[in-house]
Amino acid sequence: MTAVRISDDALALACGADALAAAFEAAGCTVERASSWGMHWLEPLVEIDGMGFGPATPEDVDAILSGKSAKAIGPIATHPFIAGQQRLTFARAGRTRALSLEDYERTGGWAGLERARRIGPEHVLDEVARSGLRGRGGAGFPAGVKWRTVAKAPGARKFIVCNADEGDSGTFADRMLMEGDPLQLIEGMAIAAHAVGAAQGYIYIRSEYPHAIRKLRDALKLCADIIAPFNIDVRVGAGAYVCGEETSLLNSLEGKRGEVRGKPPLPALQGLFGCPTVVNNVLTLAAVPHILAEGGAQDYEARGAGRSKGTMPIQLAGNIRHGGLYETPFGVTLNQLIFEIGGGTASGRPVKAVQVGGPLGAYLHPGQFDIPFDYEAYAAADALIGHGGITVFDDTADMAAMARFAMEFCAVESCGKCTPCRIGSVRGQEIIDRILSGGRQADAVELLPQMHNARLAERSQAEEVQLLEELCAVMKDASLCALGGFTPYPVMSALRHWPADFGLSAR
Amino acid sequence: MTTDAVIAEILAAHPREQSALLPILHDVQAEFGYVDAAAERIIADALNLSRAEVHGVVSFYHDFRSAPDPRPAVQICQAESCKARGIDMLMQAARDAAGERVRLAPVYCLGLCSVGPNARVGDRLHARLDEAQLVSLVTAQ
Repeated sequence: MTAVRISDDALALACGADALAAAFEAAGCTVERASSWGMHWLEPLVEIDGMGFGPATPEDVDAILSGKSAKAIGPIATHPFIAGQQRLTFARAGRTRALSLEDYERTGGWAGLERARRIGPEHVLDEVARSGLRGRGGAGFPAGVKWRTVAKAPGARKFIVCNADEGDSGTFADRMLMEGDPLQLIEGMAIAAHAVGAAQGYIYIRSEYPHAIRKLRDALKLCADIIAPFNIDVRVGAGAYVCGEETSLLNSLEGKRGEVRGKPPLPALQGLFGCPTVVNNVLTLAAVPHILAEGGAQDYEARGAGRSKGTMPIQLAGNIRHGGLYETPFGVTLNQLIFEIGGGTASGRPVKAVQVGGPLGAYLHPGQFDIPFDYEAYAAADALIGHGGITVFDDTADMAAMARFAMEFCAVESCGKCTPCRIGSVRGQEIIDRILSGGRQADAVELLPQMHNARLAERSQAEEVQLLEELCAVMKDASLCALGGFTPYPVMSALRHWPADFGLSAR
Repeated sequence: MTTDAVIAEILAAHPREQSALLPILHDVQAEFGYVDAAAERIIADALNLSRAEVHGVVSFYHDFRSAPDPRPAVQICQAESCKARGIDMLMQAARDAAGERVRLAPVYCLGLCSVGPNARVGDRLHARLDEAQLVSLVTAQ
């Protein structure tokens, strides 16, 4: 009987993996549901004895089984998209079943936790610091420094909180990891708990990921004894983008409105319920088991560029031919990612813009595609790496509409606590509308005789642009968190690189 | 069972502390499809909170509704990656197909950003939608 492997990742399901699996079963095959290899343009991908076929539909079953399918891609593990990667965090992607303890142990699972318990908390903190691991959620803060702060902070109760509120468009690495290799995340959290002295952990996951929620809950049941006395609960968000910000996430966990807290105090000192708390992204915690395995820290530190160490699971999304998950050391360029690896746009049209780092990331122009992918190089170009999502747009994209959408999104998702974000985002939409309509005349109220101090002269397009620039400067400097603070990145980058889309001549 | 009894049962399954508020609201929302003023009052009493505090939470999160909406709902991703793959061009046809009968709810990202345009109905996900597929998805509800 032929053994067939088909992913049960949410993306494969959305592309019809269940119907395909049923068709293979009806044809007399045994079907094993594994994690996804991350080659999304080939999903649902069928694997038989290491050979791949995709994207497959139930109509392809006979041809695949008789070896005559035109959808054969050859051996999956040596496919150029996979062979070119350096997968550490996603080492198991496609190769194991998410909820199999046996698969996990066979592929080195729990080695990091066992070694962490052997060498003791102090050495764990040293090794995480030595690896150069930085927070993968976007801010890039050194994980070792954060953990040591929590470890040293006074307090009887400490918490490990995993930020799995992956709300950025163009990102799906957290989801893939939680669905494909949940035990690795749990092991990473258990190592963190051991290092800082925490007994309770929470995974705060967004409600848009029902499959990942189920997988995590099932995985936690499987390994409760292994991570004991440490305990982890899964908490489900409720559709608020801002809860991906760590302090609003903590408020949400406490059962409050997901409003941002002022910093200081840092969550590392006064976080969940006022106790010292490690808040790390899924990918940060999932990178830890590799680092804690024998020689892992040196291996991690040896990869990457500049101060950005290790590998980054980059997500190729949007209008790209070969979209999916590409884990590679820092330093790769967008030219390589989009053209060599991603194969250009899915539509076949020229690339116009690329947004890196989710809805709050800058739009990069093809002229900037040679910037190396690392935190510092992107900051120098007024851009963000964020969570490593890359969204490609072809030449039909209207960048003024995208800039307006950034403001609109900020207005919808603002928690309302600080004025620059709550009000600025609404004013930003209005100003962009006025730029697009060529300037502004005095309105009916301003023309009333009582309003003798109001300006009656027309406001030109150039003046509106200046107003938008000033508004963005205020939002950037005065917002409490990254939502209001980073919304100017997509807006200003769109304005700077594509003035024609705003009806402006090149400046 | 009366509404009050169902809510009491939900409350009994959770610890009586504020941190259980979101899980409780999720359960109530899943059971009834909304969390109204009467439910807020019962939950507030049980957790020793004011109704204002509970209402503040209900009204903050997009997932909770304060009034029933019996219409079937289709969530359509409107975020950047789906825009890059042309969702905006399909929306008029989806709105026409939905009319007043189906509720089209925007969602900012289902995490399937390489295979958009995407939609979600209940826990079922749909990817690589073209206009005809999106329209038939809406019509089928």
